[in-house]
Amino acid sequence: MTGPLIEFRDVGKRFDRLTVLDRFCFTVQQGEKVSLIGPSGSGKSTVLRILMTLEPFQEGTLTLGGISYHQPHGRGPFKASERHLREVRRNVGMVFQSFNLFPHMTALRNIVEAPMAVLGLGREEAESRALELLRLVGLLDKKDHFPAQLSGGQQQRVAIARAMAMRPRVLLFDEPTSALDPELVGEVLGVIRMLAHEHDLTMLLVTHEMRFAREISDRVCFFDSGQIVEQGSPDRIFAEPAHPRTRAFLKSVLAESRTA
Amino acid sequence: MIYGYAWDTSSPLAYAVSILPILAIGLVVTLKAAVSGFVVALVLGLIWYLLRRTRIRAVAWSTALLVEFIRDTPLLVQLFFLYYVLPDYGVVLPALVTGVLALGLQYSAYTAEVYRGGFGAVPRGQWEAAIALNLSRYRIYRDIVIPQAVPRIMPAMGNYAVSMLKETPVLSVVTVLDMLNLANMIGDRTFEYLIPLSLVGVIFPIMTTLCSVGIHLLERILPRDGIALR
Repeated sequence: MTGPLIEFRDVGKRFDRLTVLDRFCFTVQQGEKVSLIGPSGSGKSTVLRILMTLEPFQEGTLTLGGISYHQPHGRGPFKASERHLREVRRNVGMVFQSFNLFPHMTALRNIVEAPMAVLGLGREEAESRALELLRLVGLLDKKDHFPAQLSGGQQQRVAIARAMAMRPRVLLFDEPTSALDPELVGEVLGVIRMLAHEHDLTMLLVTHEMRFAREISDRVCFFDSGQIVEQGSPDRIFAEPAHPRTRAFLKSVLAESRTA
Repeated sequence: MIYGYAWDTSSPLAYAVSILPILAIGLVVTLKAAVSGFVVALVLGLIWYLLRRTRIRAVAWSTALLVEFIRDTPLLVQLFFLYYVLPDYGVVLPALVTGVLALGLQYSAYTAEVYRGGFGAVPRGQWEAAIALNLSRYRIYRDIVIPQAVPRIMPAMGNYAVSMLKETPVLSVVTVLDMLNLANMIGDRTFEYLIPLSLVGVIFPIMTTLCSVGIHLLERILPRDGIALR
């Protein structure tokens, strides 16, 4: 058995004086689908943003695919050179709550931009791969549309295709359906569900969709105040949560979804 | 007679028509000064903006101070300084070049702010998405940030272009033969100031209006979401 793909070891993260993560430890195996749940402000999105190199951290070590985020004599907030960070990022892709499609680019251009600029693919190859991805997310007919001409659900599906076009080993989903109208949530979850069947793809999902987390995850981690209070198989966490805070959280969330 | 054109003061109309060619030569100088001054302002402003946001504190702070100083001193003082003081230190520049530099320098303090506003208005999420896609700094600026910042920058830049065009007559104080200076010279010789100065007063609004219309057209052509990339 090889080591974990992702390993947080005693990672400390502060925003000014506010400590978000304190001696945080967390490992993920290749191909694992992990859902991070918990109240807002509990640090779950921060974990994803640190992995994507969008947020620096102050203490501890983090490795991904054998590459450490920090370099021995690195500089800047990440204590690493830009070149090193780009090496790290090659393995990771991210889907954002607010989609963050490039508004001045068509759906197709959004997807081919990075493969052409970063992977050095020719336009033809990049486009044929992009069209394949668009077909996969069911938006082949929207390839020449600009983001403003697409619904939220369609935009998020394009954003997922865009992230996949870089062939990441790890795909991070940061509340991918939280900004969507309720009737559009299903189509995006459908695409994520499809990706979850990809054996080698490692997925980290921050979500408030409990039923979905239970359905697609291999493991569910419950976060509270910057700590993983409890983790385990989805069936165990949802059916018989051991920790009182997990119980309280699930109770309040499930009550909410019943009234909604 | 100036530039080989003689005036005819027999009637106001004939006078006006006869001095138009002279004013046209001045207008070319005025436009040259405004256009090159604006280019200087655009380039210098960008340099100030970039220097101000470097990680090196000392550079950022001294740039901020310098820009503030430029903005807070009157254009006329800068102009006199460049024209009368620099030659003492061996830097002798033609009047028009001095004028262009002074105009450009003064307005670069304003354009630097416009760049800051325009680039700052590109949402954080755009940067984050670009970083998540592993794009290089250069590609992020070239493909993501600049195409979205330009439409946000355009309206304010257009205003400064117009206002700069209107300020070029100041250069006449350092002997630049712009439209106002020539009109004055004609008046000095004919003792008839009304017509030449009125003509200058009419030509300026025509020029600035044309300039504004051009800028509005540009704004209309540029989509608000950014320069489209397909």
